[in-house]
Amino acid sequence: MKVLVGVKRVLDPQVKARVKADKSGIDLTNAKMTMNPFCENAVEEAIRLREAGTVEEVVALSIGAAKSEETLRNALALGADRAILVLTDDVLEPLAIAKIIKAMVEKENPDLVLVGKQAIDDECNQTGQMVSALLGWPQATFASKLEIVDGTAQVTREVDSGLETINVNMPAVISADLRLNEPRYASLPNVMKAKRKPLEKIDISDLGLDTANRMTTLEVMEPPARASGVMVENVAELVEKLRNEAKVI
Amino acid sequence: MSILVIAEHDNASIVGATLHTVTAAQQMGGDIDLLIAGNGCSVAAQAAAQISGVNRVLLADDISLEGLLAENVANLVVSLAGNYSHVLTAATTFGKNFMPRAAALLDVSQISEISEVISADTFVRPVYAGNAMAKVQSSDSIKLITVRITKFDAVAETGGSATIEAVDAVADSGLSRFVGVSSSESERVELTSAAIVISGGRGMQNGENFHMLESVADKLGAAVGASRAAVDAGFVPNDYQVGQTGKVIAPELYIAVGISGAIQHLAGMKDSKTIVAINKDSEAPIFQVADYGLVADLFVAVPELDKAL
Ligand SMILES: Cc1cc2nc3c(=O)[nH]c(=O)nc-3n(C[C@H](O)[C@H](O)[C@H](O)COP(=O)(O)OP(=O)(O)OC[C@H]3O[C@@H](n4cnc5c(N)ncnc54)[C@H](O)[C@@H]3O)c2cc1C
Ligand SMILES: Cc1cc2nc3c(=O)[nH]c(=O)nc-3n(C[C@H](O)[C@H](O)[C@H](O)COP(=O)(O)OP(=O)(O)OC[C@H]3O[C@@H](n4cnc5c(N)ncnc54)[C@H](O)[C@@H]3O)c2cc1C
Repeated sequence: MKVLVGVKRVLDPQVKARVKADKSGIDLTNAKMTMNPFCENAVEEAIRLREAGTVEEVVALSIGAAKSEETLRNALALGADRAILVLTDDVLEPLAIAKIIKAMVEKENPDLVLVGKQAIDDECNQTGQMVSALLGWPQATFASKLEIVDGTAQVTREVDSGLETINVNMPAVISADLRLNEPRYASLPNVMKAKRKPLEKIDISDLGLDTANRMTTLEVMEPPARASGVMVENVAELVEKLRNEAKVI
Repeated sequence: MSILVIAEHDNASIVGATLHTVTAAQQMGGDIDLLIAGNGCSVAAQAAAQISGVNRVLLADDISLEGLLAENVANLVVSLAGNYSHVLTAATTFGKNFMPRAAALLDVSQISEISEVISADTFVRPVYAGNAMAKVQSSDSIKLITVRITKFDAVAETGGSATIEAVDAVADSGLSRFVGVSSSESERVELTSAAIVISGGRGMQNGENFHMLESVADKLGAAVGASRAAVDAGFVPNDYQVGQTGKVIAPELYIAVGISGAIQHLAGMKDSKTIVAINKDSEAPIFQVADYGLVADLFVAVPELDKAL
């Protein structure tokens, strides 16, 4: 079996996003970038499937600017066998990303596509669902447990009411939730080895796809700030304030 | 212009999230139809017909919709979407699952988790864990939208008199099967609809200690929530999680106990009307968003609070 994993380069989750003064977007100049945390879970799961002997090859895919090579090298250091970078300087919507992933699936013929359930920057939570729709494959989103049995995938999903289990045919698209696994760290020797692993670069224009955006960002604003609060001395004062000032209890 | 809202229900009644979604639809303007899809959901359709502001209820009641698998729901939505300018659903795990699939099949972009309606084609949505708000304009002919329900009031559950019309379900895709769902049994109000929520974090130390919060919750008619750290540590089940990757809530009162206030946790609760933080570390970032902060050991403060109520 072969797995294709989508990985996205995003602003580090520990860093607070800052809106640009001209309201055109988020200021990413010199910002610390990293692999989207949910993609780390997707990569980890793919590697575990290979370690268990279920999967022979793990291919990491990223779509983005040249710097996304760093994110792919990270995936290679974690254990992916090779990587593909589809180069574009445009910020694409999930529909366009999904069309590109579909084209790469047609080229690579994987049995499974693993992605993160959402990217922590734009938080669309769409890409996996869209890829499976375009391929006519089943989807299993927000996965916190994955088992491959008799050529099908048994997936536990984190839903609002608890945990749901579904069984999907393969090939399938699965999107990872954070509790799917605990991602490993790359060891220094593996980081060195990753530098020599194969990484193929494809220019987006060579794919001949319609990746035009359907949305225009008119402006990006700061969220409304909360009025600053007060510290209370003890529980009695807290209860008094909640009763008489905030009137919420 | 007409708008289709995909309702969420448990076969008998309509989930609160749908009532908030109808408000968002009203702000876009146009007749509002509500789709009830499921297996054995005609009672839910009766309830839906009472909802204020709804024009028609479309009822797709079929075995293929058992478990509401994304493939079958998306195909159904695609079969109906041509009649509408907008298709809306709440940004719950139900809505987030099928809606992008339907969007891709229609070759349109989905507009995720809108928090404000500017006009029929322009919306505001939070990005970067709520640290920025993007105003976006869509050029797609049909707009598929998920709605952040905390940002829209609920319409009245009654007062409407919509007609109910049966629509054909689509054939089962055969791609996936529903196996089952396990929910944590609780008599308490549901997290997303509770007026008061008390949440515990890693500072709670174990699941046993959550009983202290449950006792307070019972006195206040509150729901109990948790940080990711508390869920990851196994103190409480996943459906308690509040935050960027858990539930986004905005109750009248949110009490954070032993929670540090990471960006990802704040993303799920900082729109609450009143925020209380109880933490022994006076430097904890949670105090920056709290209306009332109490620096104290929770093992002393929570029992005291319980007694004072
Ligand atoms: C403030 C702001 C303004 C923006 N303005 C615009 C704009 O005007 N026009 C515009 O087109 N875009 C804009 N974007 C960005 C763009 O919308 C998103 O980056 C894009 O839609 C992808 O969404 P997502 O990453 O949230 O997808 P999700 O669906 O949340 O991603 C889920 C998963 O899909 C996979 N995936 C996603 N992207 C990639 C990738 N590039 N390579 C490999 N795998 C991937 C990953 O596994 C990821 O975990 C803006 C973003 C922000 C924050
Ligand atoms: C991609 C991503 C998504 C995430 N999504 C979420 C999410 O949805 N929700 C979420 O919550 N987190 C999320 N996180 C995790 C988040 O970054 C934090 O790690 C998490 O919120 C920390 O939980 P905590 O505050 O309970 O634990 P800690 O940060 O460990 O804080 C514990 C607090 O308890 C206090 N404390 C300890 N003992 C006592 C005592 N006896 N009395 C009083 N106070 C005490 C401490 O002072 C401390 O402030 C996400 C992270 C990432 C990277």
